[in-house]
Amino acid sequence: MLYSEKVMDHFKNPRNVGEIENADGVGEVGNVKCGDIMKIYLKIENNIIVDVKFKTFGCGSAIASSSMATEMIKGKSIDDALELSNKAVVEALDGLPSHKIHCSVLAEEAVKAAVRDYYDKNGIEYDKTKFCDGDCCHCGKHQDVEE
Amino acid sequence: MRIYADNAATTRVSKSAVNAMLPYFEEIYGNPSSLNTTGQIAAEALGKLRCEIAELINAKPQEIYFTSGGSEADNQAIITAAKTGEKKGKKHIISTKFEHHAVLHTLNKLEKEGFEITLIDVNENGVVKAEDVEKAIREDTALVTVMFANNEIGTVQPIAEIGEICRNKGVIFHTDAVQAAGHIAIDVEALKVDMLSVSAHKFHGPKGVGFLYCRKGIYLRNLIEGGAQERGKRAGTENLPGIAGMTAAMKEAVEKIDENAKKLIPLRNRLIEGLEKIPHSRVNGDKEKRLPGNVNICFEGIEGESLLLLLDEKGIEASSGSACTSGSLDPSHVLLSIGLPHDVAHGSLRLTISEENTVEEMDYIISSVTEVVDYLRQISPVWEELQKGTREYIL
Repeated sequence: MLYSEKVMDHFKNPRNVGEIENADGVGEVGNVKCGDIMKIYLKIENNIIVDVKFKTFGCGSAIASSSMATEMIKGKSIDDALELSNKAVVEALDGLPSHKIHCSVLAEEAVKAAVRDYYDKNGIEYDKTKFCDGDCCHCGKHQDVEE
Repeated sequence: MRIYADNAATTRVSKSAVNAMLPYFEEIYGNPSSLNTTGQIAAEALGKLRCEIAELINAKPQEIYFTSGGSEADNQAIITAAKTGEKKGKKHIISTKFEHHAVLHTLNKLEKEGFEITLIDVNENGVVKAEDVEKAIREDTALVTVMFANNEIGTVQPIAEIGEICRNKGVIFHTDAVQAAGHIAIDVEALKVDMLSVSAHKFHGPKGVGFLYCRKGIYLRNLIEGGAQERGKRAGTENLPGIAGMTAAMKEAVEKIDENAKKLIPLRNRLIEGLEKIPHSRVNGDKEKRLPGNVNICFEGIEGESLLLLLDEKGIEASSGSACTSGSLDPSHVLLSIGLPHDVAHGSLRLTISEENTVEEMDYIISSVTEVVDYLRQISPVWEELQKGTREYIL
């Protein structure tokens, strides 16, 4: 099989699918040309992510990665969410095929993009270099994790 | 229930092909190159099989070269024409943008060796215009290679017209007939083709075997050096069981070509009509000039791999031209060649049915695809934007 049971489970029964109305932070990364777009909605209270939802256009591993990432940050502090790495998502999914690793990168970046949006909306200062610009086709920053 | 609808990828080996192969494992197991009795029995059988294959495409037995399949035949045909042309100072080759990679990658290699390659555009219906081929032919054109029928969108090309043009201009004409053989009648004389590639497993024959038809008078070049098999043009002990299976499968397929088309075309059209009802979808390729069993359709706002996986859960086995299924960032070059933007090419679905499929299966596929597309659209941010009007519909 191409995917682990965990990936298939999260793909077939994705957790936290949907939208949050009046979300505190919304992040969208990816590019429809590349075939992957992830959008994450956050509800934040006292620095804690009290609710999270996602919508994904993409392959099975993209949907599973977003589902897993939302589970991993739900109920966590913003700082913890920013610590979420694509490697942690891959491990939680019991692995991804090497050519699908970028899906987990997308999940990590989607979370960060949503937090960044929350920061922007609330005028909170942050280090801009730690966030991606969402253009996954041309970023090339994650080549090392692809192999 | 499992519905196999990926017959362009490969087919189930027919009973007659299996039965035809069996004697070649334990009884007729000799090496056709051996002078002993067992070997000579095998040699005789091989000769008979070659005659039978030749007859199916109206060729002469000495014009049939057995290969490991379609890719090898394509490689050998193109390399042969290139080397022949090069000797006469002809280093220009014409092909199309939507050929199989067995052709395109061989042409890439030749381009690096100094050949000039012209890839003709395909129209939005997925059909090459014979006049475009004619216009592209030059004094130094060594080869025209145009596929008989496309592997993804199933469109059938004007092979007889292109054959006529090439014959008049004295240019070698090769066609990759891997998807067409056994599904569309082939007469190499009437079509005026010089070389033609066939693969057995696309018409209920075994995998790992095919053949190249090469018209008498063209000096075939070797890809594999070694023994004198295939009149010295393809070394390696012949795959007799495979050749026997291919011959039986092709005979059966050619005999039933009309009968199968009569059964398949209504099934295919039912599938197309049912799937087209899904909003913001588009059928890829000409609806008339297409293989009897091919359906290829794009759905906006979703990605093909997730569609395939969910259909597989429902027992439906299909394929897609999305980037995710190819392992690259780009979707299928075939879908891009007919002018589809990347955005929608990712959401393609190919269903290739065979005469073993039923009307009930078509209806089940229609309802399942409708359901899965709807579900994937519900969780797609692209679909959300299309619905809200913040992104424009392409389809």
